Amino acid sequence: MPIFGDVLKTAFQKRATLLYPFEKRDVPSDYRGKVEIDYNRCVGCGLCVKDCPAAALELVTLPSGNKKPRYYLARCTFCSQCVESCPRKAIKMTQFYELASYNRRIEVVEPCGISY
Amino acid sequence: MSVVDIPIGPQHPAIKEPLNITCYVDGEHVVGAKLRIGYNHRGIEKAGEYQTYIQNLYIAERICGICGIVHAFCLTQATEDIIGKEIPKRADYIRTIGLELNRIHSHLLWLGVAAHEIGFDTLFMYVWRDREMVMDVIEDFTGNRVTYALMTIGGVRRDIPQEKAERILKVMDLLDEKVRKYKKMCLDERTIRMRCDGVGILRKEDAIALCAVGPTARASGVPFDVRADDPHAAYDEIPFRVVTYDTCDVTARLLVRIDETLESISIVREAIKRMPSGPVRIRVPRVVPTGEGVGRTEAPRGEVIHYVRANGTERPFRWKVRAPTLANLLSIPVMLTSRGDYVVNIADVPITFASIDPCLSCTDRAIRFIDVSSGKSWVWTFSQIKRMYWRD
Repeated sequence: MPIFGDVLKTAFQKRATLLYPFEKRDVPSDYRGKVEIDYNRCVGCGLCVKDCPAAALELVTLPSGNKKPRYYLARCTFCSQCVESCPRKAIKMTQFYELASYNRRIEVVEPCGISY
Repeated sequence: MSVVDIPIGPQHPAIKEPLNITCYVDGEHVVGAKLRIGYNHRGIEKAGEYQTYIQNLYIAERICGICGIVHAFCLTQATEDIIGKEIPKRADYIRTIGLELNRIHSHLLWLGVAAHEIGFDTLFMYVWRDREMVMDVIEDFTGNRVTYALMTIGGVRRDIPQEKAERILKVMDLLDEKVRKYKKMCLDERTIRMRCDGVGILRKEDAIALCAVGPTARASGVPFDVRADDPHAAYDEIPFRVVTYDTCDVTARLLVRIDETLESISIVREAIKRMPSGPVRIRVPRVVPTGEGVGRTEAPRGEVIHYVRANGTERPFRWKVRAPTLANLLSIPVMLTSRGDYVVNIADVPITFASIDPCLSCTDRAIRFIDVSSGKSWVWTFSQIKRMYWRD
């Protein structure tokens, strides 16, 4: 029974899992987490909206007449295609990954920069 | 005693995939089996016709949760075939590393599942614990554990800088040692040998006749590997061995996969050592010219083929996927039929089925219904299906 040696060794090792809400995982520096849009840099060209495979971005017209993308977090698949498509580098992915919520309205980021 | 039908699935605790196997049982022995698929059709190919090539990369990745890099790679290969541009050499090497890391994690996952199917849950836990190392390395390299978003048309989206390459190599050293230990364990452990030796026999001539691919074919002694037979990415520059075994049973499939994991580890090391410097992608136009292209590669489960027909717009006219499980499914009824000295017990059905590493979410793309008894075939439109099955 060659596995017994391993079983004994493992019994005295540290556990492999984390106690999640108390211990958090370190994610890599270029992890693809929540999308952040810098609306000051955005020129509203709509390339990100065109390339998004999950229809998580939608172009809306502001009262000033400018067009900016609205971001639906619940639809996002975190592929970072928008980051790549943006000619102004206005979109970036953050390391934030705890995105569950009870309220669907929280998950829509409006172009004015306030998420409500 | 008369023959009794035992239906297993589509939802069954012993089989993790939505598939119906009807076993014809005489006493404790299975004397025949019939398969029925089609419970997991998602209409991915049709969805692909409404999306642009760039958006399709992310759908392709979701065909299979385990070999995501493979499907995305095949689609880019088919699209680049139509565009007809050479991609940079460094991108080829990074793609190879991605494909091989994918293979390592898929084979380790399968080893765990197989151990679980034969009731050896300790090994299942240990293998999956060690699989986390390769998952972490993939996360470090691509940005996510499961949906990688690595491939793009014209190259790859992420480079491997020196420090990441070193981290990959470090994990490869650790894994090499672990996988060798698991190989020794599988060869020496009496319980594994008792459950796997002589179970699920697929003879070489049957494997060839039924067009088995991947580890299923190689475990029956058919040396068929797309990486060696039709080299793509950087496989023509990296030496590797096509692993074959000739005992044709579940043990052979187990050992083929473990040996392939070791081969993959050496391919990753070699690819990192030989990786040339330079750009990792070229810019390609969004509009793909008219034409048709084929992409094929060796997925962890066997050969994957993607076919794309372009009509000079941003969207493909037709996109067809042939996943390896579809080719391997036909060998299951043969494995599950007792003949002569070869006896199949009911308890061997789950491990025999699991031994081809089935992935039915990749496979199910039924487009025609055929009534076997009368030979009549027909197609249902969406509105007909809706009328029959949707209750408001």
